[in-house]
Amino acid sequence: MDVSSAFAAAFGLIIGLDPQFLQIVGLSLRVTLTAVLLAALIGVPLGAWLALARFPGRPAVIVLVNALMGLPPVVAGLIVFLLLSRSGPLGGMGWLFTPTAMVIAQTLLVLPIVIALTRGTLEEFWGEYREHLTSLGMTGVRAIPTLIFDGRFALATGLLAGFGRASAEVGAVLIVGGNIAGYTRTMTTSIALETSKGDLPLALGLGLVLIILTLTINAAAYGASRIGSRFAG
Amino acid sequence: MLTKRSLLASGFGLALTSSVLAQATLTAPLPAQTVAPAAQTRFITVSSTTSTTDSGLFNHLLPGFKAKSGIEVRVVSQGTGQALDTGRRGDADVVFVHARSQEVKFVEDGFGVERKPVMYNDFVLIGPKYDPAGVKGSKDIAAALKAIQAKGSPFVSRGDNSGTHSAELNLWRTAGVDIAQARGPWYREIGQSMGAALNTSGAMNAYVLSDRATWLNFRNRGDLEIVVEGDRRLFNQYGVILVNPARHAHVKKADGQAFIDWLVGPEGQKSIAEYKINGEQLFFPNAAQPGV
Amino acid sequence: MRDITSILPLSVQGLSFDADGKRLLDRVSFVLPGGGVTAIIGPNGAGKSLTLRLCHGLVAPCAGAIRWHTDTGRRRHAMVFQRPVMLRRSTRANIMHALGAVGVADASSRAEAALARFGLAALADRPARLMSGGEQQRLAIARAWALEPEVLFLDEPSSQLDPGATRQIEEIIAGLAAEGMTILMTTHDLGQARRLSQRILFLNRGRLIDDAPTEIVFAGQSSNEARAFIAGDLLW
Repeated sequence: MDVSSAFAAAFGLIIGLDPQFLQIVGLSLRVTLTAVLLAALIGVPLGAWLALARFPGRPAVIVLVNALMGLPPVVAGLIVFLLLSRSGPLGGMGWLFTPTAMVIAQTLLVLPIVIALTRGTLEEFWGEYREHLTSLGMTGVRAIPTLIFDGRFALATGLLAGFGRASAEVGAVLIVGGNIAGYTRTMTTSIALETSKGDLPLALGLGLVLIILTLTINAAAYGASRIGSRFAG
Repeated sequence: MLTKRSLLASGFGLALTSSVLAQATLTAPLPAQTVAPAAQTRFITVSSTTSTTDSGLFNHLLPGFKAKSGIEVRVVSQGTGQALDTGRRGDADVVFVHARSQEVKFVEDGFGVERKPVMYNDFVLIGPKYDPAGVKGSKDIAAALKAIQAKGSPFVSRGDNSGTHSAELNLWRTAGVDIAQARGPWYREIGQSMGAALNTSGAMNAYVLSDRATWLNFRNRGDLEIVVEGDRRLFNQYGVILVNPARHAHVKKADGQAFIDWLVGPEGQKSIAEYKINGEQLFFPNAAQPGV
Repeated sequence: MRDITSILPLSVQGLSFDADGKRLLDRVSFVLPGGGVTAIIGPNGAGKSLTLRLCHGLVAPCAGAIRWHTDTGRRRHAMVFQRPVMLRRSTRANIMHALGAVGVADASSRAEAALARFGLAALADRPARLMSGGEQQRLAIARAWALEPEVLFLDEPSSQLDPGATRQIEEIIAGLAAEGMTILMTTHDLGQARRLSQRILFLNRGRLIDDAPTEIVFAGQSSNEARAFIAGDLLW
């Protein structure tokens, strides 16, 4: 197989604006962005709490969170699968093989990254800001909004890393989504499927589109962060 | 907040995102039904085999059924063993697979209501063009397998408890080869889908048992070709089973049964017969045939 | 605007602080009445900065008491740290943040007043962290001033600054004192203590050795230790 046919396939996909292809791209983005958003809503406060709280076993929790950043997507998928299966504890929700299941699995993957990065950043900021904020009566939970706001650019980097991990993974979404055509088929599961069908140019073409998308989002975020940090110092 | 704002603003609006978000809320009453824009979609989940998906059959069949019934069929394709497991767990309404003994057991164990034959195709032995085991052109699959084992020519096995895998194991038995004993470096279990097995065989110049449909739809053939076909023992029967609502109350009995009835009825059977790649028919409907 | 009742005088009695089994501050007592600039001087490690932190309530003493004349609920003393803490925002936002933290009603106009009062109006939208050391120190003081404290604690207000900026800061401190703000500051710059303060607290190894008017201390009419310190001897 030659690489040029992969580029041709990628080009054809982008130019052709095939509705099925757009649907796949749309679902991938929707699932991953929702997962990142959810992970941010849950992980940033948790990470902030972990940065400021002092309790026995805290080092163990930090090590655990850091280790979970390497959680294999397949394992995350399996856990969510067992939870959501009709025979599992949350089976009654009927979420297995739906985009919701994929969002949950990806949230699980992104969460440790967000928590760990928030914890690291805010702990550093807290060290720097502690006396001033204490002087203003902002201790404990009251300090968190200031730390998060001032850490927004660093935290954005963490969310981007999370986005990268979620958008690139195939193991978890394949298990919990089922790769159902037109419903839970994402870029990565399509790539796996096309590889399986031996259509390597199309698979690689899809891969190129995924890379371009990731590049675009990263570049946009990087640009916004550069402009933003110029104003924030 | 940079990422939230800029990512969301980048063309994929909050509306899209929040609809998924809403589903993710644990309080949503009937989330599976309220999923995605098509909120009132009637759908069933079918667990089927990689061969039916990889061969493109479902892409051909489902639009016709949907137009007729208004029911969307969501196909999760897995190996037959895994597909039956999915049914056992209640995660599908219908299973559509190809391993008769496993299907019969599935029904006997009370997980399925009734097994109905749908169609057949056949397995083919695929191998490298230069044919190191010297089996090309034979119609005797047992002799061919024996020769492969005797010469120690590389052979790729699905190894994933799929329908094709269990057919392969049966054929070794037929050939009088005890694969548990005879296996060696030449016998490579990959534990993956049919397509992955074909990709692997191409890369290793190995023999591999494939269903004909997947082979015909497979693009990355390289130096592979059919070396043995036409043996009656290569027959590959597909069956369909409604998951037992007595076991899993949420199974969509009526819609699942409607799909099965359509599949084994004249319209479905005709549609199956019409699916061709390069003029070659992939599956042969035989719902009316007794005892398959 | 301001409460009629003053939080002053501040009465510090028997203040002690230990860390890692080491006594860093040992039974320090003094009274801070309203008005003027009081400078705490002494060698490194004498406990100058710690005394400010204890008075401001950032750390709790191991023994002794810090009593304000009245406890009005809201903290009416503010502190500026040796290395000013600059939030990652603009100059104006730094002031607004402090006002928001203590809950001031007319925050916006108060912030503008602070910017104008300390010559920061032109820098209002600049990121605080990208400004010079002198500008940052001015912002730190403006931010504290905006909170309308009765007492301002200044920890080494010019230790990081060049002479020009130091001069500016000293003018600001003198101005604040002239307006009636009570200032308790530490400094290792004896000339600064002499220029700004009316009263000296001389600390050595955690103990308050001298508490006397500035001119008395600099006239050499205090303890031997203070005399030696002012003369530039190393104290043991």
